[in-house]
Amino acid sequence: MTSKAVAGEHKHRDDVGSRMGLWLFLFSELILFGGMFIIYAVYRFMHAEEFRLAAAELDPFIGTINTMILLTSSLTVAMSITAIQQGKKYLSMALASTTLVLAVVFLVNKYFEWSHKISIGIYPQSPELMNKPQGEILYFGLYYVMTGLHAIHVIIGMAVLGFMLVFIAKGSINRGSFVKLEAGALYWHLVDIIWIFLFPLFYLIH
Amino acid sequence: MTTAATVADTVPDFYHEKTRFKGIFGWIFSTDHKRIGLLYLFAVITFFLVGMILGVLMRLEMLTPENTIVTPQTYNTFFTLHGIIMIFLVVIPAFPAVFGNFLLPLMIGAKDVFFPRLNLLSWWLFIAGGTLALVSIFLPGGAADTGWTFYVPYSIRSNTNIIPALMAAFILGFSSILTGLNFITTIHRMRAPGMTWFKMPLFVWSLYSTAWVQILATPIIGITLLLVVIERLFGVGIFDPTLGGDPVLYQHLFWMYSHPAVYIIILPAMGVVSDIIPVFARRTIFGYKFIAYSSIAIAAVGSLVWAHHMFTVGMSNTGMFIFSLLTFIVAIPSAIKVFNWVATLYKGSIQLEVPLLFMLAFIMQFSIGGLTGLMLGALSVNIHVTDTYFVVGHFHYVMFGGTGFALFGALYYWFPKMFGRMYIKRPAFIGWLLMTVGFNILYFPMLILGYMGMPRRYYHYLPQFETLHRIATVGSWIMVIGIIILIVNLIVSLKKGKKAPANPWGAATLEWTVSSPPPTENFHEIPVVTTGPYDYSNITQSVEETR
Repeated sequence: MTSKAVAGEHKHRDDVGSRMGLWLFLFSELILFGGMFIIYAVYRFMHAEEFRLAAAELDPFIGTINTMILLTSSLTVAMSITAIQQGKKYLSMALASTTLVLAVVFLVNKYFEWSHKISIGIYPQSPELMNKPQGEILYFGLYYVMTGLHAIHVIIGMAVLGFMLVFIAKGSINRGSFVKLEAGALYWHLVDIIWIFLFPLFYLIH
Repeated sequence: MTTAATVADTVPDFYHEKTRFKGIFGWIFSTDHKRIGLLYLFAVITFFLVGMILGVLMRLEMLTPENTIVTPQTYNTFFTLHGIIMIFLVVIPAFPAVFGNFLLPLMIGAKDVFFPRLNLLSWWLFIAGGTLALVSIFLPGGAADTGWTFYVPYSIRSNTNIIPALMAAFILGFSSILTGLNFITTIHRMRAPGMTWFKMPLFVWSLYSTAWVQILATPIIGITLLLVVIERLFGVGIFDPTLGGDPVLYQHLFWMYSHPAVYIIILPAMGVVSDIIPVFARRTIFGYKFIAYSSIAIAAVGSLVWAHHMFTVGMSNTGMFIFSLLTFIVAIPSAIKVFNWVATLYKGSIQLEVPLLFMLAFIMQFSIGGLTGLMLGALSVNIHVTDTYFVVGHFHYVMFGGTGFALFGALYYWFPKMFGRMYIKRPAFIGWLLMTVGFNILYFPMLILGYMGMPRRYYHYLPQFETLHRIATVGSWIMVIGIIILIVNLIVSLKKGKKAPANPWGAATLEWTVSSPPPTENFHEIPVVTTGPYDYSNITQSVEETR
């Protein structure tokens, strides 16, 4: 055994450990949303017919577009990692930026979708909604909360990827060291996969 | 390149390390796990004293069947705050955050935890959450009065400061998750050469199983409390029955975390007992692997028993049967530990030092708490005693008689390592004696009261309960005197205690191989582990020499 670990010496890098920490964090994020999926499942079971009617009021077209946007943004961030692995710094930055642009488009779509709902009087405590049966009140409550919390995760993911862009530009993420970018991308995939479950639950099951 | 010997002379202990900032900022911005551990220690003890004062005031109120010192509304806020503070700010962080931080890297032969900066963030979140909880008391509107469980629909309707209290619990949960993921990564990636899984001290095993519960259960309460906040702020229909919501669903989600949280609280305390008993029995732990695996088993099965808190809400009979059965099953690994501790003491050459006395009190009180827990897990008995003082007595025997006593025992045991001084023995013994006697006078009558039908959280009570209530209140005074003696003794020992050698107890775990207090980066050279954590064959002799 050599005495390589003398106090004050340079810290060694452990990418496996860093990834492990991130995966554990992603588990806890999944369970956070898992709690809401439980609530959705229970209320869907209790009010099956009203959930079916309420779901018919959402526009599957916007949902589908947004699903495609998010899937594509996951693809570009994954390609950004491959690019940096090959040492193509500017390609990597371009791809990560594409992800950010797609994320903005997703949020803009979401904004119009929510505004439309609000304009026809469907929002928490609105007179219109309060006249509907309880199952529909629950459905739209969950719709706002779950897609809203997801949108907050999109924004957090954008901030994370923004930092990654800076790191790539500064060169602290590079060909030999890209675990940070991988972490950012993994978080982005989490945002993506949660949407993949939200989409059928709210838009497709009629 | 210097040799190890000269490094040992030049590296200061962690109180004198070079930090980026001076004074207090050198502590609150330090990423050193030992400093963070001590920061948690001071925070937890402060919160404990606040919670204790609230508890004493509640007992004082219960001295007479009618009004004694406070109004009913104040009493409601007292038991709410006592619960929030003691659960979220004391017993949950007590072992992982205080002792886990200080000891985990030392015990596995590492320089620090895997993510030191994340560790500092956890502490800041903890302080932010704790401050928010305390501030909510004084904001206009008054302190929360829902009980620490925040049951809906009352938590949606109450006009008191529910939102700050809920947000505090949410932030504290986030802090707990980050600590958990830090520890799991540390244990997987940073064990010293030769420190195999089955050479780890059992406290590390218990931290490991606890960390999994922290990561996997805490998010559930996070989202649940957040949903109540959203419901209060925006009137979204989620749990509110007038909008179609189901309050029982809230209870399920709440206990999906809060029952496993019981194991976050008790598992590391059990780990401490498993580590301290062999040292003072001078023999290896009995059934190491059984204790290690039983921690994992408790964490796993304990995550599936939550609905035994709600046997009276009207579940299906099949559901009640399964949850009752699982509750009985989770008692098995707990009992395995108790039997192994007793077997470790058997034919040992026992030294009755104060830390061991705390462990013995732990075994007795935890057994009472565990067995009354089985009574509560039995469906027929549960219907009779649910929401009575029987429940209050039961969980105080586990939370306080178990974890609280383990906390004081651990503090006395590791005090020399943390502060480099020995504690003064006689007041420590007197403090322990008063605390143990007072504790049992305080909580045993509650078990009887509950069995007689005294409901929990009630402000007034029937005259036939008065005698037992008075006995319990007197017990609370005796216990508090003991606790004050124990804490003052430690403060005095900081100055007047004898200088502690590296290994005053003759323990075999790695933290005792470094000086007291430990040097800045723990080990001058990462140690190579060849013997187990409870192998005293080489140590007994060297300790005799230093004495």
